[in-house]
Amino acid sequence: MTKEKKKALRSTAVAYSFILPNFIGFAVFTLLPMVFALLLSFANWDGANPITFAGLSNFKRMVHEDTFWISLNNTLWYALGTVPVTIVCSLGLAILLNRKLPGRDIFRTIYFFPYVASLVAVAVVWNMIFHPTMGPVNELLHLLGIANPPRWSADVDWALPTVIMASIWKGVGYYMILYIAALQGIPRYLYEAASIDGANKWQQLRKITIPMLTPTTFFVSIMLTISCFKVFDLIYVMTFGGPGRATNVLVYYIYNSAFKYFEYGYSSAIAMVLFVIVLIITLLQFRMEKKWVSYM
Amino acid sequence: MGQLHVNGKTGLPSMGRQAVVSDILTYTVLVILAAIMLLPFFWMVSASLKMDKDVFRFPIEWIPKDPQWVNYSKMWTKIPFLTFTLNTAKLTVIITALQLLTSSFAAYAFAKLHFKGRDVLFLAYVGTIAIPWQVYMVPQFIMMRLLGLSDKHLALILLQTFTAFGVFLMRQFYLTVPNELCDAARIDGLNEYGIYLRIMLPLSKPALATLTIFSFVTVWNDFMGPLIYLNSENKKTIQLGLRMFIQQYSADYALIMAASLVSLIPVVILFLAFQRFFVEGVATSGLKG
Repeated sequence: MTKEKKKALRSTAVAYSFILPNFIGFAVFTLLPMVFALLLSFANWDGANPITFAGLSNFKRMVHEDTFWISLNNTLWYALGTVPVTIVCSLGLAILLNRKLPGRDIFRTIYFFPYVASLVAVAVVWNMIFHPTMGPVNELLHLLGIANPPRWSADVDWALPTVIMASIWKGVGYYMILYIAALQGIPRYLYEAASIDGANKWQQLRKITIPMLTPTTFFVSIMLTISCFKVFDLIYVMTFGGPGRATNVLVYYIYNSAFKYFEYGYSSAIAMVLFVIVLIITLLQFRMEKKWVSYM
Repeated sequence: MGQLHVNGKTGLPSMGRQAVVSDILTYTVLVILAAIMLLPFFWMVSASLKMDKDVFRFPIEWIPKDPQWVNYSKMWTKIPFLTFTLNTAKLTVIITALQLLTSSFAAYAFAKLHFKGRDVLFLAYVGTIAIPWQVYMVPQFIMMRLLGLSDKHLALILLQTFTAFGVFLMRQFYLTVPNELCDAARIDGLNEYGIYLRIMLPLSKPALATLTIFSFVTVWNDFMGPLIYLNSENKKTIQLGLRMFIQQYSADYALIMAASLVSLIPVVILFLAFQRFFVEGVATSGLKG
């Protein structure tokens, strides 16, 4: 009995020796800050003076701060502008590439490449190409007879759409890969049966491909929406949240509150809003996934 | 099934012609889209070889008549670009190596060993995958500062090494290795460390390659982490350096483009060499995650 217990203890110790090198780091530098973030949202702290309990005052202040509503609103529009177009484009590319064409891999590589390219480099090229006075895009628009082309990222109304375009261009290849993997999972006999029944390509797309891809589409839209709520780099490099507050998004607001105004408590309160939004989207995914698994 | 498919297609010449037309159409669309995806990069290359005053000349001169190769040597002296590159390379190598080591180690226990608390610990990892870093980056920064690590590379190493993603990816792969293999090795007298080292690691090369590439690209391209943590110029990474370049010399268009292009090169090489692992990584981590 004791011998067996000893053996069990030994094997547990061995198992923990595998896990601990990673888990200690993970607990200290990820789990702990997460708990800290929640606590901090109920406190006031500038990092220099003593920390004080603030109750709900950070959240109350947030509701009355119009920059909060502007940044939340901008984030929502950014997601609304990015998600549907990215889904349609990535699905379209995947369908085009989902047959045996010579050179298929080259196209796949090209479409995927912007996703791995560094954002700073990509953003600076975009800003140059869409430069309001000198950029080739506006030169071309002038040539086509448009006297006052948009001022793109320098224009209050056009800045957000400009950033959205860049984000679609950058992300489409990643989701295309997901769709290609999903398309390969659709059994061939479904198409064979359909074509024997006289269904044309368009009908096959509508009645077989798109329905069979529903779980993937749902998954992609969740992933994309979450990534939209986390957007920062693209905004910071392209527009600095401007002009004015035209592209101020949630994470940019968190960043500014913490690292520009040193309001750590307040910035954590905004971070909690971000957390709750992402949590709701994730839970929604779990619920819907169950529904679709039974439907499949 | 493959044969059935082939039989169904033969014998109808009109269908063959239709297939050719649709192939040509598909190619046309594919080429136009590829041009759109690559146009910014072509423009970058072309602009980096011009004089500043010619960068915005319209119509675009795609291949400069008098290529200014000197831009590529000027960019290293105008700002400490070499220091930035070395800093980034250092961070990338250290973080990737530590991540591979610790996460494959932990993943072995999660996939192949039975012990008390396993499921709770694993849940802690998986549960946090969905929580954005931006939610806890501020308290994390405060903690690092209390530890005296602000403006130190060590802070970035500590916060990027122990990721739930790495453990999760490796565990998913180890689960596909049959348990019988481990059992047989145990009977042959190998202990758990031996099994990890002699059996699991060699078998998991594809997963290790995928993780290496993801980690490399993430760290190399990381902007927000260095932006928050690094202030001293001699500590900055290539992305921050590029950003600095853009702010300080905003009218040196050609130099900015040259520097941007250079910052992309390592990722381009890695991507072209190991593309297969990228694609597999996205497909498995995406669909099963």
